Amino acid sequence: MFSEWAAWAIIALPLAAFAINAFIVRPLGAPAARLAGYVTVTALAVTLVLSVLALMAVQDAHGTAGYEPHLWFAVGPFDMTIGIFLDPLTAIMLIVVSSISLLVQVYSLGYMRREPAHGGHAAEERAVHAGAAHAHDAHGHGGDAPVGDGVSREHPYADYPRYFAYMGLFTASMLGLVLSSNLIQLFIFWELVGLSSYLLIGFYHWRPSAAAAAKKAFIVTRIGDFGFLLALLYIFSHRAELMAAGLNPFDIRDLHQAAPLLGPGVVTWIALGLFAGAVGKSAQFPLHTWLPDAMEGPTPVSSLIHAATMVAAGVFLMARMFPLFEESATALNLIALTGGFTALFATSMGLVVHDIKRVLAFSTVSQLGYMMLAVGVGAPVIAMFHLFNHAFFKCLLFLGSGSVHHSVHTFDMRKMGGLKRWMPVTYVTVLIGAISLAGIFPLAGFWSKDEILVAAWEGDTVGRLVFLFGIGAAFMTAFYSFRMIYLTFHGEFRGGIDAVPMAERIPDEAHHAVHRHESPRVMTTPMVVLAGAAVLSGIVANAPFDLGIVPAHWFAHFLEEEAPHFNWPIAIVSTLVALGGIGLATLMYRTNAISAEGMALTLKPFHVLLSRRYYMDELYEGLIVRRVLYRGVFQAADWIDRHIVDGTVDLAGWLGRNTGRAMAQVQTGQVQLYGVGIALGVVVILLVLLTQGGG
Amino acid sequence: MGLTSTDIYLISPELALAGLALAVVLLDLALKNKTVVLGVAVVGLLVPIAFAVSLWVRVDGLVFARETGFNGSLVIDQFAIFFKLLLLGILVLVLLASNEYTGRFRRYQAEFTGLVFFSATGLMLLPAAGDLITVYVALELASLPIVALAAFLKMQARSTEAGLKYLVLSGVSSAVLLYGFALLYAATGTMRIVSPSAAEPSIAQMLTVTHAGLPFGNVAVLAGVVLVLAGFGFKLSMVPFQMWTPDVYEGAPTPVSAFLAVASKSAAFAVVLRVFYSALGDVSADWSLVFAALAAVTMSVGNLVAIAQSNVKRLLGYSTIAHAGYMLVGVAAIAARAGDAGDGSLGIVSVLFYLGGYAAMNLAAFFAVIAITNRTGNETVRGLAGLGQRSPLLAGMLAFALVSLTGIPPTVGFMGKLFVFNAAINTGYTWLAVIGVINSVVSAYYYLNIVRVMYLQPADGDARPVSANAPATVALAFTSIAVLLFGLWPTGLLDAARAAATALLQTL
Repeated sequence: MFSEWAAWAIIALPLAAFAINAFIVRPLGAPAARLAGYVTVTALAVTLVLSVLALMAVQDAHGTAGYEPHLWFAVGPFDMTIGIFLDPLTAIMLIVVSSISLLVQVYSLGYMRREPAHGGHAAEERAVHAGAAHAHDAHGHGGDAPVGDGVSREHPYADYPRYFAYMGLFTASMLGLVLSSNLIQLFIFWELVGLSSYLLIGFYHWRPSAAAAAKKAFIVTRIGDFGFLLALLYIFSHRAELMAAGLNPFDIRDLHQAAPLLGPGVVTWIALGLFAGAVGKSAQFPLHTWLPDAMEGPTPVSSLIHAATMVAAGVFLMARMFPLFEESATALNLIALTGGFTALFATSMGLVVHDIKRVLAFSTVSQLGYMMLAVGVGAPVIAMFHLFNHAFFKCLLFLGSGSVHHSVHTFDMRKMGGLKRWMPVTYVTVLIGAISLAGIFPLAGFWSKDEILVAAWEGDTVGRLVFLFGIGAAFMTAFYSFRMIYLTFHGEFRGGIDAVPMAERIPDEAHHAVHRHESPRVMTTPMVVLAGAAVLSGIVANAPFDLGIVPAHWFAHFLEEEAPHFNWPIAIVSTLVALGGIGLATLMYRTNAISAEGMALTLKPFHVLLSRRYYMDELYEGLIVRRVLYRGVFQAADWIDRHIVDGTVDLAGWLGRNTGRAMAQVQTGQVQLYGVGIALGVVVILLVLLTQGGG
Repeated sequence: MGLTSTDIYLISPELALAGLALAVVLLDLALKNKTVVLGVAVVGLLVPIAFAVSLWVRVDGLVFARETGFNGSLVIDQFAIFFKLLLLGILVLVLLASNEYTGRFRRYQAEFTGLVFFSATGLMLLPAAGDLITVYVALELASLPIVALAAFLKMQARSTEAGLKYLVLSGVSSAVLLYGFALLYAATGTMRIVSPSAAEPSIAQMLTVTHAGLPFGNVAVLAGVVLVLAGFGFKLSMVPFQMWTPDVYEGAPTPVSAFLAVASKSAAFAVVLRVFYSALGDVSADWSLVFAALAAVTMSVGNLVAIAQSNVKRLLGYSTIAHAGYMLVGVAAIAARAGDAGDGSLGIVSVLFYLGGYAAMNLAAFFAVIAITNRTGNETVRGLAGLGQRSPLLAGMLAFALVSLTGIPPTVGFMGKLFVFNAAINTGYTWLAVIGVINSVVSAYYYLNIVRVMYLQPADGDARPVSANAPATVALAFTSIAVLLFGLWPTGLLDAARAAATALLQTL
């Protein structure tokens, strides 16, 4: 039996790490800064142990560990509750979130440390930026500017307290989200996840690009959250039906049974609203634009965002509320189409980018598309299985990109090459991640991607259509995974940051020099662990046959789903397609049998379209924001504000001022005037009552 | 029926407080170290608090959950004790926060404390009043010390002016109130709010209809109720009886303004609930709409005029008028219960909860203003510019209090409005809730404007840090935490409010 207190502790521990780092370690300044990392790592290690215990308890209980929700407050007959909902789905998410987060924190101990010698690394490099820091001070933002944290800029652990505090908050929010028993509670944590990702993406907030990316992530996901909020309001407006049936309108377990009470029309609208929230959070088309820009945060943050927290929240919400979605074919079809289209659309953009983190970012968008697709064709368990596998290999790939950056100080693959000589551990682990991402047997990515394709194939017309999208995306995914491997690790070294002209460097990194070396043990160890998971998670967690320790299809059975069956033709087709993608990448970037430049020239219009990301950013920022909003809506609002609102306010103010002035003019008469006011008030009320009675 | 020991026990919190007031004044003569005097005052307040808690426990076990004392003049139930504890809590906090301020008239510091205690004694008796005479006596006991307190800065013209205004207008309102009581007595032949025995019926039992079709069915009762309403309206700062409020708040020493805004208003709401619910509950359908209309006018006037204010204390004065309006919404919602299916206590509970939350957030705002203006000497909104940098802690807590006053979650201000408007909707006053919500939006304009000035405008000239002394910081931190805590976990305060409301409903 897993006590409810232990479940709350899972949220409380990382939150305590946040509080300790923010309110104790950070004010202590330089001498204590180093402790911050250990505080968060310790908290998360205990969290992971608790998560494993929770998983075992759920396994033993054969289902949900039911805790009664607690009354938070009551408004009339409506009870607002909070509580813990621990079922197999939550247990799996707890493992993913706490294990990934723990590994990322350990890695960060190395990555976020500043190396004093020739510029060092992480947390980049503020020494050069002292000038800008003073500029900040002059504007009164000194408290948080680079010099902040009460630690000198040269201090190797200067970034620790703020970084590990935010990381604690981020992890706590995500853990709280998956444990929520109530949709409002879930929404609060959902917003906290958004807030902490905003803080982390904008961690280097003195860089304009980082500040802009953080803002973009916050605003774009907020558009989706508006849909979420509308869904909540819509549910609340139907509370009478639910409460009549003895259900709490926001309790997740109760909502699972609510579909028949609400009717298909209502359910569809609720599902679409929730899906809008997931589209924003999980970066699905058309709200995908924030994720590639979110690379501006420190690399371990990207790895956490892409693997376990933030983007996983959208898919989790779909799986969590699936009993509701199930009742609406319209919503499911829309989800499947959105997911399938996003998978294809995002991979195509990944083909041409030069920034290694952006390649990975587009791959995340497309892999999330696969998960949505799986939800849409009625297989949320397979979606969760893919989320589970993806978490490990995607986290690994990001940590690998950070490791590469640690060595060459750039993310531009055109400036890399041949790094496998100097970075053997990084090379092997990233290669494993890439094979897994490409979906090659028997690595993790293969199993779940294959099951998604099978589920799609066995669906209706929409399923067949998105199956084709999925196959197309699989080809391109394999292609760019190996394009990344070849450009980064094979061939000749192309100079790293040394090859970047001074003028084009980010000011923070201007003073860096290439120092080709393997990353320290504290960074490579988490990568090796993750590489092991990327190899094994698919086959072990949901093997098609009994492994002895783990029964066959453990994952699916655990989530109370029928075991998916293995479909040989589809497995062979998808593997061939992936091998085809790898083959093409080899021809273009390894053997140079096909010239990549020649190809780009031949397909120039297409290449341009992809490099400009289908002009989606231009569409949003240029057309919608500048033209429509600024010129149209905002100007209209401005006019109304200036002429109507201000007018009213001015009138009220004028009345107030002049009434006051009129009174002030008769200083000695004032008290008598007030007395007269009392008398007049009595008379007026009396008259009104009397006339009311008479009439 | 003479005085019994039970009677003494029933007013033990008030007796202890009055005794403490005398002790503080006497001790001040004997002791040089004034900090000790403050310490005695604060620690001494634990005595009346302990008595009040023991009374709560005592009445909790009784059949009617109440005791009557002094031949029925006093009713000690959980409703009365709820307010005793609320007022004593306010007293502790005001005392802590005003210590630095009252340092400017160090010689009279103990007299200041003593007067505040005497006034609070009166306020604590008000919610326990069992008949109209007790109401009047308690009201006068509460009001007269305030006159002296408002005029305490006797070298400042506007302070003495404030004292004089309060004296004259409170006199007028008392006269109006007494006239109303007299008319009610004429119509019913009794002064009893709660009947102590079958031989002495209460007003509620003696109300007779003489003119069908007329509100209250009786001309004397109609006139009496309106006059009583006007008399209490003065204490509540209810429009159109609010005009003294901004002048007195601006002129009086700021701790006195805080005391008036929170303590005096809470007790006034308590007595309004007691008189209108217990004595006039049967004719609630007739006065409910009056309260609803006055609530709408009160909050609208308070908020609109507050927009134009440049003096922070004056602005807070108008803001308390607006909040009185919100609470009157809950009072009106009580009345509409007759014939409605809704929960009869919803409105009372919402008012009591709002009062608790209002005490926390309004005191937080006043305390921050006391600390800031005491150091800067500038009471204008403009004078708060740059405070975000000059004093992050004070500015942060003031901003938080203002956010709560606006009614934005996760603060108690939001919860309070939620409950009050919910009560209104459940008793058929949807239109009133709509006006309330519109008013909240309007109020955001001037509350958040202060936040904007503090954080976005650079300080004029003097940019030295501003800080509060230790007792004031404790009081401020306490109120800020309460604002957040009651906003996140309203259940505790809500349960106390429910217990008090249940007690009031039983005194029919």
